[in-house]
Amino acid sequence: MSPSMKRSITRRKIADTAFAAVGLSATLVGVVTLLALILGLILDGLPRLTWQFFTSYPSRFPEQAGILPAWVGTCLVMLVTAFAAVPLGVAAAIYLEEYAPRNWVTDLIEINVANLAGVPSIVYGLMALGLFVYQFRLGASILTAGLTLALLILPMIILTTREAIRSVPTSIREAAYALGATKWQTVKDHVLPYSSGGTLTGLILAFSRAVGETAPLMTIGALSFIAFLPHPPWQPEFPYLSFRWLMDSFTVMPIQMFNWVSRPQEAFHLNAAATGLTLIGMTLLMNGLAIFLRARYRKRIRW
Amino acid sequence: MAPQQSASLLTSCCGAKPSSSRRTNNRIVTAQSRHQAQERAIESALLLAAVFSVAITVGIVGVLIYESLKFFGRVSLIDFLTDRQWTPLFADAHYGILPLVAGTLVTTTVALEVALPLGTITAIYLSEYAPYRLRETVKPFLELLTAVPTVVLGYFALLSVTPLLQRLWPTLPGFNMLSAGLVIGVMIIPYISSVSEDAMRAVPMDLREGSYAMGATRLQTALRVVVPSALSGIAAAYVLGVSRAIGETMVVAIAAGMQPTLTLNPMEPAATITAYIVQVSLGDLPYGSIGYQTIFAAGLVLLLMTLVFNIAGHVLRKQFPQR
Repeated sequence: MSPSMKRSITRRKIADTAFAAVGLSATLVGVVTLLALILGLILDGLPRLTWQFFTSYPSRFPEQAGILPAWVGTCLVMLVTAFAAVPLGVAAAIYLEEYAPRNWVTDLIEINVANLAGVPSIVYGLMALGLFVYQFRLGASILTAGLTLALLILPMIILTTREAIRSVPTSIREAAYALGATKWQTVKDHVLPYSSGGTLTGLILAFSRAVGETAPLMTIGALSFIAFLPHPPWQPEFPYLSFRWLMDSFTVMPIQMFNWVSRPQEAFHLNAAATGLTLIGMTLLMNGLAIFLRARYRKRIRW
Repeated sequence: MAPQQSASLLTSCCGAKPSSSRRTNNRIVTAQSRHQAQERAIESALLLAAVFSVAITVGIVGVLIYESLKFFGRVSLIDFLTDRQWTPLFADAHYGILPLVAGTLVTTTVALEVALPLGTITAIYLSEYAPYRLRETVKPFLELLTAVPTVVLGYFALLSVTPLLQRLWPTLPGFNMLSAGLVIGVMIIPYISSVSEDAMRAVPMDLREGSYAMGATRLQTALRVVVPSALSGIAAAYVLGVSRAIGETMVVAIAAGMQPTLTLNPMEPAATITAYIVQVSLGDLPYGSIGYQTIFAAGLVLLLMTLVFNIAGHVLRKQFPQR
């Protein structure tokens, strides 16, 4: 082998090894940033995470302020979102995956869902402001907020549920048909249960996104300072359930955090960090659960 | 197809026994027609749910256009596109969208300068270099990055990244587009890397093996064989990343400031389209006022900008070879 060729080979091998190092560091940039962010939140926010913080209203005095209305608001909004988005999203996914004929209507729906997934979240807020708040006169209420987030995560739910349904092998369906099951019986008793792991994972991820959404809720006019709780969803008399909370004004944790970040005083920034830590804790927990479920179902189901 | 077939099979096999066959037959036939009615009702309900997603798009486009038309009834389109000032809420009102578009373009450009190289290198590394265990460990972490609420990322940009940058450039203002752009860039790395990696892993193994057999290194194979074959998928990833960066709201609203300024310098504070909408939403604008209509006009511009990229991404994505 000529020396020049040897040199060329050595050079290429060095480039190869060097790229492996560059690649590893590039990959770690994201991971390290995530860890730095979480570490920073813990350092600033953890001392503020006391029982009092979760049971107090916001206040002019940063050390007395808490996120009680914010987390109650987040829970109630998520409740509305779940009731609206899950049935709609799963039903649409079932239709597209199991029923839809190959025609232009189906194509239209599919392109539409893919495009909706790429629409910026604040645009959903604008739509909700024009439609829900002013045309339907629902106001800046928990109901409006829940519906807005439901529309926002609907494309995500449809896409992930479809993927889960697609992973069920055709042989399962054929076996059900062979025993005389109708299409709906096949879907309801076989396809849906077998795809429930993937569907659940997708739902959890969609909700973890909805919990952290801020912009669309600010656009519909959610309050950033609120010193009362919505009506409770129960009442002492029959029928024991109350729906007055649906029309109450509200705040949610991300908006509370935004409010505290945008104040100049340092002490409020610590409150923001504590809220952020709670938020990130919730979303990481949901994502961790989703990753765990996915791994578990992947392992358990062998077709 | 299958259920009706099997049901009729059942009917004909029961028909072989003459004695009680008529009754059984009738029962099966009524059950069958009841099932059919139910099936049709369910199918219609499911179709309705699927069509509802189209209604969302109609709602979005309809509301934006309806309110924007009212806005353009008061402000000429030419002023909107050419005026260099955006001060709709001042006494001396100007309605030029350029400052907001400039802010959006600057933060997006900064974000892409971070995300495109890092995302692509990450994708190449994960697809061609990383051992299985490492890949499976790192990918969930990268996914988590996309799950962090953007308001938290805004906090991080304003209170961690900006002070850090100020140590390098002491003259950097507290609100600036640079730190917002950097953080958005890191945020969209996973979007770019995961779609690109999928495209690269869809490249058939024989192509790589052919390249290795010719004595190429992994780097040569990655850059000259895998990346060109996966190009449309990688382009799709870029385009989707751009559309994410354009639509990002909370990071810029918190860290880049809310003052509409016509500047292309990332070291300055400036409002983006999204930040302006947030700023207006913080106040209490009466329904039907011109201030109220501006956010819909701004939203329409934003939607059009992202739509172009989304459609391009969709077309490109359709092109890359599926495994």
